[in-house]
Amino acid sequence: MADLRALAAVYVRLVASRIRAHLEYPVSFSLQLVGTALLTLIDFVAIAVIFVNVPELGEWTVGEVALLYALATISFALTDLAIGHLDLFPQMIRDGTFDQILVRPLPSLLQVVTMDFAPRRIGKVIQGVVVLVLALVLLDVDWTVARALAIPLAIAAGAIIYASVWVALATIAFWIVDAIEVVNAFTYGGSFLSQYPIGIFARWLQGLVVFVVPLAFVAYFPALYVLGKDDALGLPQALSFASPLVAVLAALVAGAVWRNAVRHYRSAGG
Amino acid sequence: MRLYFELARRGYRRYSAYPAATVAGLFTNIFFGLLLAYILLAVYAETDEIGGYDVRDAIAYVWISQGLFSVVAIFGPSWFDLAIRVRSGDVATDLQRPLDLQLSTLAQDVGRAWYQLFFRAIPQFVLGAIIFEITIPNEAGRWLLFAVSIALAIPVSFGIRFMLNLCSFWLLDHRGPTLLALALNNVLSGMIVPLAFFPGSLDTLARLLPFASMLQAPIDIYVGEPIGGNAATALTLQVGWAVALYLMGRMMLAAGTRKLVLQGG
Repeated sequence: MADLRALAAVYVRLVASRIRAHLEYPVSFSLQLVGTALLTLIDFVAIAVIFVNVPELGEWTVGEVALLYALATISFALTDLAIGHLDLFPQMIRDGTFDQILVRPLPSLLQVVTMDFAPRRIGKVIQGVVVLVLALVLLDVDWTVARALAIPLAIAAGAIIYASVWVALATIAFWIVDAIEVVNAFTYGGSFLSQYPIGIFARWLQGLVVFVVPLAFVAYFPALYVLGKDDALGLPQALSFASPLVAVLAALVAGAVWRNAVRHYRSAGG
Repeated sequence: MRLYFELARRGYRRYSAYPAATVAGLFTNIFFGLLLAYILLAVYAETDEIGGYDVRDAIAYVWISQGLFSVVAIFGPSWFDLAIRVRSGDVATDLQRPLDLQLSTLAQDVGRAWYQLFFRAIPQFVLGAIIFEITIPNEAGRWLLFAVSIALAIPVSFGIRFMLNLCSFWLLDHRGPTLLALALNNVLSGMIVPLAFFPGSLDTLARLLPFASMLQAPIDIYVGEPIGGNAATALTLQVGWAVALYLMGRMMLAAGTRKLVLQGG
């Protein structure tokens, strides 16, 4: 436990130094904040524009899709805030700077995710919360204590699921450093996919996000539970509650994959 | 001329040297394309036509836009090349070379675009056309205009990125302007949803801006819905933006160079 606390202290210190570094360029940083706000706003424009033209999408109303969007976005924004800098990690393999990480007395993954930290990404979390409030205003949810608890639980579980998928797939860089864009399909692509009702996608894609890369547990199953909607996929009702369990499993798998990949690391210097 | 042709070839080879990156990019674009295609199919389950686009036009839009994504570099590594050289000061060396910085960067970018066209856009489009039912124009003339429009989209996209890179002369850090440009690029080029889906006059307004000239314009020509109802108008607008952005980039480079010299390089 003392170990964990020490690690948390190191984490906070590293992140704080990264934040200070970003504030060194104030004009650029302000533009980044505006850019992030605009980018995330635009993200929701796609859904808004669709519902300007049609009343329903796969039997989901605008309020219901907004709930999916909010759950998917807040989870992903938290993941992006915490570990978004895994994007820079293939460059470390290419340059051979990953060697330095291996000789320092801290877990390699912790060092990689604290290489940089973008405080502007908080903007995205806030935007998700705004859409969540909007969704709850639009919807007429039949509230129970369990349903109210399901929302924060889904967000936490979703963030862990995204992070696990990201970490596990980023290890591809240990083998094929140029192929890292594949990861984007499941991270950015996964966050995009989770914003929509899974029922509108092809059967094979539904199978993929339920059984292989568990993105359906980020927003879809929790939203079904909160809304009291039937699953278009015809899967057991119990899956609506499975997100936290799936998150723990995903994290364990991702951790194992990362450790195994690091053992196979061969430096660029030969 | 020979020199710029050679530079374009180098630009092409710079990307062809990394086939794994191409395959990975192709995979990700196809995945996004599939998601977007299923979303639009669900939209068209509720309606027959939106802003002149029927379902087959909309699915054609998906595969052309995903293909052009890398050709016109809606986003990608080519965004920062020059900005990083400005920040590090390497641009001083570039400016000493006996060639025009803007033209030589353009030449390399055209080479990059050709590579992306052959190895990303065309395979993706063919795959999309096989899996889904999409609009396939049967007049040769429209295919020709479509090709011309894609060729014009490349200098327009270059013009926007070049100016974005030059912001570094004043701000040093390129991340802020990049995010802002990324937001505008994504929504106003038609990358996220077809501009035809925009309500009322927002649609026309967006199509007049330079962002539409790099993505939506060729697609509109392909499906037979160009701005003003005729391809000549759309192409003229593209030429206008390509030239205007080039001249603006030139002025910005001159101002940036002056600033660099004052600082002592």
